[in-house]
Amino acid sequence: MEFAELIKTPRVDGVILHRPFMPTVEGTLCLTGHHLILSSRQDNAEELWLLHSNIDSIEKRFVGSLGSIIVKCKDLRVIQLDIPGMEECFNIASSVEALSTLDILSLMYPFFYRPMFEVIEDGWNSFLPEDAFKDLETMTDEWRLSDVNKDCTVCPSYPPLVAVPKDVDDDTLRKVATFRHSGRFPVLSYYHKKNGMVMMRAGQPLTGTNGRRCKEDEKLINATLRPGKRGYIIDTRTINLAQQAKARGGGFESEGYVESIKSNILQESLIKLVEASNWQTHVKEILTTACLAAQCIDREGASVLVHGTEGTDSTLQVTSLAQIILDPACRTIRGFQGLVEREWLQAGHPFHHRCAQSAFSNSKPRQEAPVFLLFLDCVWQILRQFPCSFEFSESFLVLVFDHAYASQFGTFLGNSTAERAKLSLPEKTVSLWSWVNRPQELERLTNPLYEANSLVIWPSVAPQSLLLWEGVFLRWNRSSKCLDEAYEEMVHIIEYNKELQNKVNSLRRQLAQLETEDPLLQTLE
Amino acid sequence: CEHVEQVRLLDRFSNKFTNGTLYLTATHLIFVESSSNNSTSILHHHIASVEKLSLTTTGCPLVIQCRNFRLVHFVVQRERDCHDIYSSLLRLLRPVSYQELYAFSYNPKQNDQQREEGWQIIDLGAEFERMGVPCDQWQLTNVNRDYKVCETYPRDLYVPITASKPIIVGSSKFRSKGRFPVLTYFYQEKKAAVCRCSQPLSGFSARCLEDESMLQAISKANHNSRFVYVMDTRPKLNALANRAAGKGYENEDNYSNIRFQFVGIENIHVMRTSLQKLLEVIGTRSLSMSDHLVGLESCGWLRHIKAVIDAAIFLSKAVTVEGASVLVHCSDGWDRTSQVCSLGALLMDPYYRTIKGFMVLIEKDWISFGHKFADRCDQLDGDPKEVSPIFTQFLEGVWQLTEQFPQAFEFSEWFLLQIHEHVHSCQYGNFLGNNQRQREDLRMRERTHSLWAYLMSEKQNYLNPFYSLAYSETHPVLEPSTLPYHFKFWRNMYHQFDRSMHPRQSILKTVLTLRENSREAEGTLQALENVSLYTLMIYEGPMEQSLDVHAAPPTRCDPHSLQLQHPPATSRFPHSWGAYKPQRSAAAGGGGRAGGGGRGGGGGGGGGGRGGHREHRHGEESGGEQWQREQEAELRRAGRDTQQRVGQRGASCCQPGVWSGAHDLLRPNRGIVGY
Repeated sequence: MEFAELIKTPRVDGVILHRPFMPTVEGTLCLTGHHLILSSRQDNAEELWLLHSNIDSIEKRFVGSLGSIIVKCKDLRVIQLDIPGMEECFNIASSVEALSTLDILSLMYPFFYRPMFEVIEDGWNSFLPEDAFKDLETMTDEWRLSDVNKDCTVCPSYPPLVAVPKDVDDDTLRKVATFRHSGRFPVLSYYHKKNGMVMMRAGQPLTGTNGRRCKEDEKLINATLRPGKRGYIIDTRTINLAQQAKARGGGFESEGYVESIKSNILQESLIKLVEASNWQTHVKEILTTACLAAQCIDREGASVLVHGTEGTDSTLQVTSLAQIILDPACRTIRGFQGLVEREWLQAGHPFHHRCAQSAFSNSKPRQEAPVFLLFLDCVWQILRQFPCSFEFSESFLVLVFDHAYASQFGTFLGNSTAERAKLSLPEKTVSLWSWVNRPQELERLTNPLYEANSLVIWPSVAPQSLLLWEGVFLRWNRSSKCLDEAYEEMVHIIEYNKELQNKVNSLRRQLAQLETEDPLLQTLE
Repeated sequence: CEHVEQVRLLDRFSNKFTNGTLYLTATHLIFVESSSNNSTSILHHHIASVEKLSLTTTGCPLVIQCRNFRLVHFVVQRERDCHDIYSSLLRLLRPVSYQELYAFSYNPKQNDQQREEGWQIIDLGAEFERMGVPCDQWQLTNVNRDYKVCETYPRDLYVPITASKPIIVGSSKFRSKGRFPVLTYFYQEKKAAVCRCSQPLSGFSARCLEDESMLQAISKANHNSRFVYVMDTRPKLNALANRAAGKGYENEDNYSNIRFQFVGIENIHVMRTSLQKLLEVIGTRSLSMSDHLVGLESCGWLRHIKAVIDAAIFLSKAVTVEGASVLVHCSDGWDRTSQVCSLGALLMDPYYRTIKGFMVLIEKDWISFGHKFADRCDQLDGDPKEVSPIFTQFLEGVWQLTEQFPQAFEFSEWFLLQIHEHVHSCQYGNFLGNNQRQREDLRMRERTHSLWAYLMSEKQNYLNPFYSLAYSETHPVLEPSTLPYHFKFWRNMYHQFDRSMHPRQSILKTVLTLRENSREAEGTLQALENVSLYTLMIYEGPMEQSLDVHAAPPTRCDPHSLQLQHPPATSRFPHSWGAYKPQRSAAAGGGGRAGGGGRGGGGGGGGGGRGGHREHRHGEESGGEQWQREQEAELRRAGRDTQQRVGQRGASCCQPGVWSGAHDLLRPNRGIVGY
């Protein structure tokens, strides 16, 4: 298929662009296969480059022969384009509509994008499961890397390599997979170095109405427990019941069996952003559950298994947030990338389905849901409460949000590792991390207040402590000039301080050196 | 001093508790934790209510609600003890005369002269001069010299030059409580005035020629505009209802050249109920998100704050954009009028956004113009219907503005919180009583201390590190947005004492500490530069004594030893904030932008801003030995000083005085520079 077929009018002159808090721009509107471009053709004038995949919905309005289209984007920006000529307006609107709803992955922009920057480190190879496992091996020898899923048949949404208890063989895993939703058998999510407790995640057990049991499943879960220790199972679907849903796993023998409580469902999906109050409720609930999981591990010294229905949505929110709370490494820029890779991309969160549409879409939602955005919002809430404990600033979270929905990079394409491999994404597209992990970008995303904090950070989940994430939800509807200027001022203060401290230190060293080098001084001592 | 042992202090929002001993002194109720010796002390005047709940298995619960929104829940083991504390508190809670208030016994160890100086910090006469008054259109009148015309106004009042004494007296008779129109702010650039008064006693048809002339005089004093805005800050319905009682509002037909406008701020009773509802909502345990949001919405508190700010914006626009004069009133002209006049002036004039200027603003529009602090803040046992959080609302309005304009205010929210604390503490004389006349009768200036002096001495703690003078110059008039999402719940006010609610790390505190660190480092750097110069020097001269750079352990040279230290993981709250007293502020060059001077300095080091300290001492420098010893001592001190500081930050308590050595560090450079 050629893009040209979809573009009815490639170019219109005299188009006026309206954006909140910005002066209007008049220029030429161009449509390409992947972009909507508005250029005023003047030097230094800002141009608008909008990826079609960023467009969530489009509306037409007519006043006389002047048509307007209102473009609502997945990054929650809303712009208006006044287009002279009815026909042009119609054509542009229908072309954009067609281009922005193309559902053919191989035609997406990342396959056409050529990087204009030097790739220092290929992001596709930065966070491989085998490397993560090497780190684990330095801490414990109780786990092994299984390739039972190497052709992605046991569990289509899992990566080929997963970490499982050493004593559980691949045959057992295959059996467990049949007992768990979508074949998502329990795998290691996080190892808590401090006390050796672990967090596992899985799909829901298929107990059915007659309370079916699976010996292998119980064996696997018990293999993660220390002798005489209890574990917790957190069902993300109900928070109250999750607290009671404890697995009794004491002893060497599996005297208890794993009980999962099926009950009313915390809607993992279909939260419409517009209902901000509801959104905040979900933020609070997810954070509460993540705190609960972290508390079991760190405070009670118990291992935890987390699952929801499929284990690809709220499960991942909980396991990844618990790691933000527990593991200081996840609060670094690189560590957070690793977390997104491990707990979202490789864990099989269906990004392609979930991010196909966003808040403004009129079409009937199918599998869209801002699950990932909800996670980022929760991270932001913790960042707000611990502004010095994260290496990255808010802008990094916003960047990840933007790229999850529309991007020139291939990182968030597809629904699982298997799909990504099939599309040859690592070969054919550039990774977002290749772009991010360059000094000039890292500098922009670094939190100037960061001071490594090795502690577990417990956020407050009281409603009074949770805020609306203005950086995302009001990004295009407020003038952030005052806030930006204050931020600049803060950066100045911090940099000035660093500069001074460096000078003091270097002078100290010089003095010390003079002292040791000077024979006269030494003899006198 | 009574005390009760084995008392349990319950956490308000969790199941946690601490055990300790409860002490009751003449002025405070103090709880000392037995495990840590941490203590919580509550001033009796801060207590709004005490409630004894029915006996439980662990003891007898005692719930104390404070005016600074602290809520403590004790469980006393023996009911008898509980009852004793309860009845003692009830007795102490309800002072009936001013002499019983803490301010009259509080003694911060100052002599009479210091006390008097404290009271002289704010001078309203000077403030009107700053605005450019008196001038060719406005003059100081002595009609109220003896509080004869209006006893709730101050003695010194400013009126248009054309307003003669008969006009003033006539107008005052036509205004509720005699509060006739007077000047409160003068916008020099456009010669526009902000005046304030109370409602006219117009009833359904009454007129007063003098009052009409008074408004005419205000109008004439401004050549930029043909009319005066009259802002009635009440909802129209309330104003209409007042007519039946012979009060009401100005009839546009009777007053030439006025533009009349209702603003719609609710009365003190609505505000009191609204705050009560808010406190109920946020005091709920395990509050759900939707209950929180719905509760916040339905209590209307933020809507009322918005109404006040809307009115202030209207005022500010009329004055600065249209150049029109505005007369503001409500019923008696001491609640809503004070709110609107002061917030309006805050928007118009950057001076009021400084620490000193903000004190002046409160002194002028609230204290001197007779906001009834005693009644509104329930200082003496009085009518509960007179109590209302009008001043709290004003402070919150300011806070909402600081959130929108982080660089426009010299002070941070801790300043607002501290003022709020002391409006209710009755520890200083400033806010006692209902008006100036009463304060004079009580001889407040002789018998009590001024809060402003105390706050000035603590100024360092209240600075906003993001404050920018340049911003004030480019944005003299603030134009806030009043979109609903700009009005936020002020957690640090209403949950000030609920530790679990707060962010565990504070940007404000961190940046303030960094600024202080920078100032320290500037001093240390200077000293080190001098020493290294000196060290180079001694290569050429005879060495008589070793230069003991390593007097302290080698870790001192570790590059990490002077790294910026963040505050401890637990957040520090405003009440404990008082312990943080960096003493060097004055020496470092007048606060504000002390760090700014050196920023651009680049390789030059911290020497740039310190010119004032330089003196040439040629005579002594060649003397050598003695000076050399001095140098070594300085150097050792530099090392020790740094170590102490670093150690201290880690230990989370900063005592005053320890850092002051750094100032001494500057001494040797007098000689060095000369060399």
